[in-house]
Amino acid sequence: MLAFILRRLVQALIVMVAVALIAFMLFQYVGDPVVFLLGQDTTPEEASALRTALGLDRPFFIQFWHFLGNAVQGEFGISLRQGIKVSQLIAERFPATIELALVAALLALVIGVPMGVYAALRRGSFLSQVFMTISLLGVSLPTFLIGILLILVFAVHLGWFPSFGRGTVVQVGGWSTGLLTAKGWHHIVLPAVTLAIFQLTLIMRLVRAEMLEVLRTDYIKFARARGLTDRAVHFGHALKNTLVPVITITGLQLGGLIAFAIITETVFQWPGMGLLFIQAVNFADVPVMAAYLCLIALIFVVINLIVDLLYFVVDPRLRIDRAGGH
Amino acid sequence: MIVTLKRWLDSDIGYSFRSSPTALVAALIAFICGFAALFAPWVAPHNPFDLATLELANARLPPAWYAEGSKAFLLGSDDQGRDILSAVIYGARISLAVGLVSVVLSVLVGVTLGLLAGYVGGWVDAFLMRLCDVMLSFPAILVALLIAGVGRALFPNAHETLAFGVLILSITLTGWVQYARTVRGSTLVERNKEYVQAARVTGVSSLRIMRRHVLPNVLGPVLVLATIQVATAIITEATLSFLGVGAPPTSPSLGTLIRIGNDYLFSGEWWITIFPGVMLVLIALSVNLLGDWLRDALNPRLR
Repeated sequence: MLAFILRRLVQALIVMVAVALIAFMLFQYVGDPVVFLLGQDTTPEEASALRTALGLDRPFFIQFWHFLGNAVQGEFGISLRQGIKVSQLIAERFPATIELALVAALLALVIGVPMGVYAALRRGSFLSQVFMTISLLGVSLPTFLIGILLILVFAVHLGWFPSFGRGTVVQVGGWSTGLLTAKGWHHIVLPAVTLAIFQLTLIMRLVRAEMLEVLRTDYIKFARARGLTDRAVHFGHALKNTLVPVITITGLQLGGLIAFAIITETVFQWPGMGLLFIQAVNFADVPVMAAYLCLIALIFVVINLIVDLLYFVVDPRLRIDRAGGH
Repeated sequence: MIVTLKRWLDSDIGYSFRSSPTALVAALIAFICGFAALFAPWVAPHNPFDLATLELANARLPPAWYAEGSKAFLLGSDDQGRDILSAVIYGARISLAVGLVSVVLSVLVGVTLGLLAGYVGGWVDAFLMRLCDVMLSFPAILVALLIAGVGRALFPNAHETLAFGVLILSITLTGWVQYARTVRGSTLVERNKEYVQAARVTGVSSLRIMRRHVLPNVLGPVLVLATIQVATAIITEATLSFLGVGAPPTSPSLGTLIRIGNDYLFSGEWWITIFPGVMLVLIALSVNLLGDWLRDALNPRLR
């Protein structure tokens, strides 16, 4: 097991260094910081003096090493567009994205799991077929179209929900939350639903497939033969074992939610990291792009690591296999 | 041509095609969309890129069935007086072209690397499969977005061709992984079969064995995957264009049209954004359904 974890850690480290290298290359090839700082008409002497002062004349790997050192401390320089420190910009936007992703994940779980269980237990009933059709539509409709349709119906025509921004936010120890005000909840409904729909269909299909699989196994037959009630069999035994893969997939999808939030945030002008990144891309704001690149890679690497480790905790068979193999 | 078509309809796959209403309808829709896109200059009622024909008097007309609508603009017009129907047809042409080209490229890259990994094995295999693992642990749309974003940052004032190049590259680089994995798996099985060993014994070069003997036997699943990937590629393209890092506004794809129309949602001109969206969903859904059908039809276990 230790060898497995070590291998995973090394792999994660390699990915992070590779992403950092890409981010660093951005700085190297997009624009010249010396020209940016001094303007177009400077003497070559001034330029080379600044180059030496900034350490830009040093070898590639030394510069990369410095970049890595700064990146580990969350230091990515100053946004070219907004003139604010990138770390501060990201810190401001981070809570908005995390809240949106968490509310969406919760929505997807709370609605998706019961729908999946129902579709598995009452296979072929009318409602199950409705669920399956909805899920097919949810997979085929691109996220941004779902958002636009929701805005058209619920914001433009019915006027029930606002279509942009976070509403009122409250500061709780450096974390700006919209989840403590009624306005904040009012604003999060449409974006969260948009973000949740794809995950919801995924979770529903997964729960249904797993549940059908588990219901066929011997121990369920045995439980039935022992005379347990349907309820005890379905919810005590079958559902419990269904939820193991569901939890891991949901965990993995949390990273996906943060990534898909880029699209949702653009549609709803939600002031999160995704919107920040898209704006940075459109203005070639390299420091912000580099910071987002590294942060999102870190989030994914950490999530994947945790899920890998969870497999060991949840599934004892893996531990025995590995122990026997070494 | 007619004889081959008839023979195809009489074959097993042809029979399964004829007896599946979903496949028939999906094929019909896909055919109409593809035909309209291919012959856009002849099918579309207007040329939306011909600035000489645009008149501001025709701007923001609703679809023809509204009282203020005009028969000349069946699905209405946008803020510059462009016909939405024509813009959608031309947009579908660009979306389909980008989708098809990127799928062909990812098949080429993926199948080559998969064959190499499966046939050569060793560190080549280990390296390529780790790379696949890493790629798969990030959502495809995110990787595509990052590549498109980095590409855009590297060439800020990119020429139109370059913008499309970056767009296609970003979709290709995220799409090849699946083919590589599938082909590697089948190659591992095929390389130990007798016909490959026989070829090797008779002194055929590895390159030739891979190309002439193994390749035809591993292409089945690739075909199914490629069909479904066309829909995925088109949606990825639309999403990138919607976010503003895809097709340039001078030659708008469906995603670009939706992005432009999105600004007019609140002033009530819903048709500017909804009709390109409907076209996108129609194409994606019909291609998806065709892919599902093909997968079932080619799978002998389900027959």
